[in-house]
Amino acid sequence: MDRPQTTKPRPSPVARRPSSGFLNAIGAIVWKDLAAELRSRELLSAMLVFALLVILIFNFALELDPLTRRVATPGILWATFAFAGTLGLNRSMAVEKDRGCLDGLLLAPVDRSAIYFGKTISNLAFMLIVEVVVLPVYSVLYNTNLFNPGLIVVILLGSVGYVAVGTLLSSLAVQTRTRDVLLPILLFPVVIPILIAAVKASSGFLQGLALTEVMPYINLLIVYDVIFTAVAYMVFDYVVEE
Amino acid sequence: MIAVKKLVKRFGLKTVLRGLDFEVQAGEFVALLGPNGAGKTTFLRILASLSRPTLGEVRLAGHRLPAQASSARRNLGVVLHLPLLYGDLTAEENLRFYGRMYAVLNLSQRIDEVLDLVGLTSRRRDLVRTFSRGMQQRLAIGRAILHDPDVLLFDEPHTGLDQDACDMLDHLLRQVAGQGRTVVMTSHDLARVEHLASRFDVLSRGVISASASRNGLGSSNLLDFYRQALAG
Amino acid sequence: MKPQPIALKVLNVVSVLLFLAALSMVFLYAPLEATMNYVQKIFYFHIANAWVGMLGFIAAAVAGVVYLVRHDQKWDIVELAAVEISLVFFLIAILAGSIWARPTWGAYWTWEPRLTTAAILEMVYIAYLLLRQGIDDPDRRARFSAVYTLVGAISVPITFLSIRLFRTIHPVVIGTNSAASQGGFDMTSKMLATMFFALFTFSIIFANLFWHRIRLGQLAQQVEQLKLEEIQ
Repeated sequence: MDRPQTTKPRPSPVARRPSSGFLNAIGAIVWKDLAAELRSRELLSAMLVFALLVILIFNFALELDPLTRRVATPGILWATFAFAGTLGLNRSMAVEKDRGCLDGLLLAPVDRSAIYFGKTISNLAFMLIVEVVVLPVYSVLYNTNLFNPGLIVVILLGSVGYVAVGTLLSSLAVQTRTRDVLLPILLFPVVIPILIAAVKASSGFLQGLALTEVMPYINLLIVYDVIFTAVAYMVFDYVVEE
Repeated sequence: MIAVKKLVKRFGLKTVLRGLDFEVQAGEFVALLGPNGAGKTTFLRILASLSRPTLGEVRLAGHRLPAQASSARRNLGVVLHLPLLYGDLTAEENLRFYGRMYAVLNLSQRIDEVLDLVGLTSRRRDLVRTFSRGMQQRLAIGRAILHDPDVLLFDEPHTGLDQDACDMLDHLLRQVAGQGRTVVMTSHDLARVEHLASRFDVLSRGVISASASRNGLGSSNLLDFYRQALAG
Repeated sequence: MKPQPIALKVLNVVSVLLFLAALSMVFLYAPLEATMNYVQKIFYFHIANAWVGMLGFIAAAVAGVVYLVRHDQKWDIVELAAVEISLVFFLIAILAGSIWARPTWGAYWTWEPRLTTAAILEMVYIAYLLLRQGIDDPDRRARFSAVYTLVGAISVPITFLSIRLFRTIHPVVIGTNSAASQGGFDMTSKMLATMFFALFTFSIIFANLFWHRIRLGQLAQQVEQLKLEEIQ
């Protein structure tokens, strides 16, 4: 390409290997989300407050004597995570949509799926942070020991699946008129296998059941996670391209 | 640099662009004019690879869109209505983010250069949320040229700016374009573009209905040319 | 407006006749079941409706995938028709099941896997319709609907398996594990014949309604087209 005479200093070329560009882009998106959130703390505080309120409401909604409490704990925890999760998902996508930043991401010379993975990882991070806070608080409020490595694994697997589908569906929802209201409606029916498996597996670990009894549910979680991450990855282009 | 042949764009059953032809040589600064709803933004978004053509051929910097869109984007800088900046990050962090997305080498040095060019070095550590619209536009331009693209696309960049901010923006636009880049800019403000662009195209009823270079206008007024193009 | 093709008119008549035939088979031909008497007869309709619901479900899933691959708007119409039909027929099946359940088990509802999954599927369908309502651009609406159909089509079978897993490890609380509570009972050959005839009849009815609904969708599209031409 010919350029007229200029005194512009030619900066270093932009070229880089495509594969590292992909990982780099994912890293950049995750860093961007975490840095922005660290500064404003809007998303996390909203999620945390909401989660704690939900637990509080459950306390009054269900008369929990110590025995019932033991049985109901996994259900209450996962209901809390599911509801607080939608807040985070909504907010995370809304940030991109409102200032047109989604276009900014789409203009980058990387595969679209980098956007999906980047957002999913940061959404996962936010969810895990909320869960990490909720667990000790719940333990104290209800005098239950939730420090259980099996439980941690279940929470991790369940959150991954939830966020994998949630990020895809929030990308859909944020581009419609009904936006925030639509995400839970779209998400909850589709995420039920996770809730079932996570609640039963959590319950199994907390009650100290044998691993063989809990494994089917762990397997279900893993299968769900893998299938839906793959599906979301394949389908994400259709959701963001015009 | 940019070659568009028989571009058709339909949204469902509504046809916005009807077989549009458009060609831009390297180094030209084209102002794309037209009434509201004529399809200027739609057209620009297709050039920016944000939207797919329904029919027709689009080539940008030697790459076919949308097939080779990813490669084309490396060489493309875009400034839209919205600033495409993250309010909760500082100016510097915004540039660093986009720099990483575009895999720009020597990023820190390049950020310094760009901040200097757009005159925002003193505000580099301030949150973009606190910037005025004019400053956001300047930073947006900085973002667009960060990876040194050959092609720049602007969608009505003067919108919402006061007189001083507009003047600053024009100064910056001249500098940036003067570095040999190819620029396409949509605009409503005939008075402004008259002094910026080297060529004026009018988009009306889904096609380019008229085109004139600055010299070609000669003695006639840009406004008359524009009115005539719409009437015809 | 295209008149109904001959085949469709014939199908209309055939559907009605078959339905009447099925009714008479159910009430006149099939014997009374020993324990449940007349209540059991609703079983034929329950199964037939659920069967049609399944057909619709599969049709919707296939149409969704084909749309994403082909981008042909007519597959979107097919998908919507399939979802609507499946929604209605599953609803009837659930209601019929409830009517049967009350005298049989003493409760209108149990949380057994098929019933629960059907309810969840209905929620997915309603979410689908709400999603469509929130999007104006036809192309985007079709794309998003197809994506959600795909997600639902994969998730619902997994849900069914999850609930089954849940139930085998923890047995059903309401109802016993006897054949009766699982919805089975010994069927004589006459009952089997009636059931298969009902399935056949309802498959024809499904095809009939499907065809009508697709026609309706195409007509709606034509109306949209005419409206736009008026404006332009």
